[in-house]
Amino acid sequence: MLELKGVAKRVRGQTHIYPTDLTLEKGTMNVLLGPTLAGKTTLMRLLAGLDAPSEGRVIWDGRDVTGVRVQDRGVAMVYQQFINYPSMSVYENIASPLRIAGQARDEIDRKVRQTADLLKLSPYLERLPLELSGGQQQRCALARALVKDAGLVLLDEPLANLDYKLREELRAELPRIFQKSGAIFVYATTEPEEALLLGGNTAALWEGRIAQFGPTLDVYRQPCDIVTARVFSNPPMNFTSVRKDGHRLTFGRGVNAPADGVFAGLPDGDYSAGFRANHLGLNVHTGSAIELPCTVGVSEITGSETYLHLHHGDDRWVALLHGVHDIPQDSEVGVFLETRYLYLFDVAGKLAAPAAYAMAA
Amino acid sequence: MDKPVNQRAWFLVLPVFLLVAFSAILPLMTVVNYAFNDTFGSNAFFWVGLEWFEEVLTSERVHEALLRQLLFSAIILAIEIPLGIAVALTLPKRGIGASVCLVILALPLLIPWNVVGTIWQVFARVDIGLLGAFLSQIGVDFNIGQDSIDAWVVLIVMDVWHWTSLVTLLAYAGLQAIPEAYYQAGRIDQASRWAVFRYIELPKMKGVLLIAILLRFMDSFVIYTEPFVVTGGGPGSATTFLSIDLVKMAIGQFDLGPAAAFSIMYFFVILLICWVFYTVMTNLDRQDLPE
Amino acid sequence: MARITLENVAHSYLSHPRSEADYALKTINLNWDDGGAYALLGASGCGKTTLLNLISGLRQPSQGRILFDSVDVTEAPTTARNIAQVFQFPVVYDTMTVRQNLAFPLRNRGMDGAYIKRRVEAIAKMIGMAGVLDRRARGLTADAKQKISLGRGMVREDVNAILFDEPLTVIDPHMKWELRTQLKSLHREFGHTMVYVTHDQTEALTFADKVVVMHDGRVVQTGTPQELFEAPEHTFVGYFIGSPGMNLLPAEVRGKTATVAGHAIALAADYGNPQGRVQLGIRPDFVSFDAAGDLPVTVTRVEDIGRRRIVRADFRGTEINAHLPEGEPVPSGATRISFGTAQIGIYVDDWRASPNGAAPGEIA
Repeated sequence: MLELKGVAKRVRGQTHIYPTDLTLEKGTMNVLLGPTLAGKTTLMRLLAGLDAPSEGRVIWDGRDVTGVRVQDRGVAMVYQQFINYPSMSVYENIASPLRIAGQARDEIDRKVRQTADLLKLSPYLERLPLELSGGQQQRCALARALVKDAGLVLLDEPLANLDYKLREELRAELPRIFQKSGAIFVYATTEPEEALLLGGNTAALWEGRIAQFGPTLDVYRQPCDIVTARVFSNPPMNFTSVRKDGHRLTFGRGVNAPADGVFAGLPDGDYSAGFRANHLGLNVHTGSAIELPCTVGVSEITGSETYLHLHHGDDRWVALLHGVHDIPQDSEVGVFLETRYLYLFDVAGKLAAPAAYAMAA
Repeated sequence: MDKPVNQRAWFLVLPVFLLVAFSAILPLMTVVNYAFNDTFGSNAFFWVGLEWFEEVLTSERVHEALLRQLLFSAIILAIEIPLGIAVALTLPKRGIGASVCLVILALPLLIPWNVVGTIWQVFARVDIGLLGAFLSQIGVDFNIGQDSIDAWVVLIVMDVWHWTSLVTLLAYAGLQAIPEAYYQAGRIDQASRWAVFRYIELPKMKGVLLIAILLRFMDSFVIYTEPFVVTGGGPGSATTFLSIDLVKMAIGQFDLGPAAAFSIMYFFVILLICWVFYTVMTNLDRQDLPE
Repeated sequence: MARITLENVAHSYLSHPRSEADYALKTINLNWDDGGAYALLGASGCGKTTLLNLISGLRQPSQGRILFDSVDVTEAPTTARNIAQVFQFPVVYDTMTVRQNLAFPLRNRGMDGAYIKRRVEAIAKMIGMAGVLDRRARGLTADAKQKISLGRGMVREDVNAILFDEPLTVIDPHMKWELRTQLKSLHREFGHTMVYVTHDQTEALTFADKVVVMHDGRVVQTGTPQELFEAPEHTFVGYFIGSPGMNLLPAEVRGKTATVAGHAIALAADYGNPQGRVQLGIRPDFVSFDAAGDLPVTVTRVEDIGRRRIVRADFRGTEINAHLPEGEPVPSGATRISFGTAQIGIYVDDWRASPNGAAPGEIA
């Protein structure tokens, strides 16, 4: 178990990480999700011991390791760049951490072959890293990180430099690979879909703060504030202002919805309503759907789906529709939204009422 | 980035520290000792305070040497930096030609200073030197032993011959680090050759050029061997630069006190000028960074 | 603006290519309409960047001709082709301000000062940098620098084409949405011919009217996103488009029936009696769980990606993926699946077969 207790990081008067508490359990996958400069890499360096925190303690299995050198901690790290020893074969690359640890030759051979198998590198053991494709080079770096049985494995956007399809392939494999290890995995990414595919836990990071940490799907379906909802939505979450008045929710342009169910208990006042792109539709499915008048911007067609960019007053939305809909720019359409997909956030940005569908899921 | 502190590392620095103490700090302290005392030999010292410093500071001879020194550094920088960049720009970017050029360019750098001095001294001699004899033959009145302009020209040409390669090599390394995409973008934007140099190459070379300027300035400011071998500081004192003057003072006249005070100030002047250079040039950089 | 034609263009990085394998780009014929938005999609090393560089004139083809409208530009240098290009990593002139960066291509062409000012300000507004026009470019973030690169590509109104070489690589997902839509509206507004190179199917499909899928130095299919999704001409297109890609099962086909490991599956049309390596292709979107389905499978894993689930099932050692919409119950263990009959494609030696016994490789 690795704990951060009030860990903060400041560099030359600038705060990179605000005081943070975080507990990572053994054998779990933990995703740090956030945009560039949110503090993902800084947090990883603090976890690894590459940097000392400005304040706070790092506790590993009950032992205070704040200030202990990274070499003495049993940490492995994989970077966005493919970092291997260029003059060593793949076999030697994977074996290198074991050789440094002074393990027996048979033991090294067994572990190298086993790890190479797991990462589908067995046919390439005698090659040099630069003779491999990008995907295979990163597999080699992953193998080197896994083989040493480190208690903590840090992966800093390891798939970012790979082609889309290779990324997809490795992404599907990674959870299977992780399951077999008892280590704590920490995985930084900017992509919500990657977090969802990896499963485990997710910490949503924004401007040096962990906005929310919990099981990935819970964080996705029940974001605790606007920041998390925004970080964890791709396409971006749509927002509009809404007013609760007794038994009624009033949207802009005079659209009303009954404030029942999860909304009934809310105090009257102004809220921010958030909903995801895939929950908007062009057809009514149930009676509880409200119709929101919009102007169409660009439509992007992927072949099976359509991303429709919409203007609703000053709000800019994206609707993800099933099928191909080539709607001319500037046409007026009514899009439908069922209120059970609606999150309400208060003026401070905190979640006031979760979406009903998410509670049921 | 601050790392977890490990005090044991200090022990590893200890040998170097001792070495530096014996090779630099102790001799320096001796000089400091001489600078504040007068001595008549046999280790008898009298405290004279800042007297030697005053003497040196008010000495016209030192003022002249300093002016000469600054002029020399300014001239060779003004020639070597643009020339070095120009040569770097014309070098082939890759292939066997690039390696050949680099080796040829590096040759002057491999020759010891006194040898360079001797080569040019002989080269410039009116009786047997290729240059001197040739110029005399065609009727040019050329004599580095009598004409101070001639002496300066030879010294400057010699320094340029010896050190431009260094600037070229540094600039070349800077140019090599520019990604191809920048040149492609330049072609697509229809940038002129000058614009490519001004907006792509020069900004990307700034870092190495800063180092080149610093190195060349320091080196030229403390230059001794070459002018000493070629002109011996003459004719008269026309090429007596600071270090030559210092040696004359210390060894020639045995004025150890003023010479010691002189060297200490010399040291601080170089330190100061380098610091000013460095801060000014790095600050130029920093202005653009976001707050 | 121009129509771009490539006639029998091939390129090898070797000076004396001997076999076909020496060519990074095998013979290519393309015809791109004036004002179209095209994407070149493929894995790294497939030749897409080489093709782009041939069009921009940064490289000369080993054979063939390149025409802009009807002018042969095969030998013309980059500067003579009047194109704009945006690179993978931001290329900005560090010492210039944002304004000077945007004005640079116009200034080099001796445009009138008032026009430059107007144009630069219009572009700055479009890329959302009107507020920082007088900031030095050096200190900006990668996002902002790439926006400047995009802006510099857009600033000339008279260009023959604007080429993009994976321009959104360094951009965060959220910003990608913004920049992509901006590109798209700029295209609608000015009607430049645009060519966009990427390995990212989402970027290619959402940006382009026509996507050119490249594989191993060849163009395997050119089509609208819908065509690529619904009727991939080659198994590579099936695999490369869609996430996960098309399921492919070895099959035997006789007339209107395909047999997959002893299980008969009805087809929408008569495919005759194809020989060679025959495969049945079906997109995960058209695989459904159904107690009366054709194939027995075992569900091995379910990935919940929020708006839908990807169900990974095993059919006799072959993985079959299926999509489930959000909120639908997840099958577990052994179950049966069926395929949408109209969406099944038959592939012979990797090329899509047309029904009624037409030869493989021909378009239905």
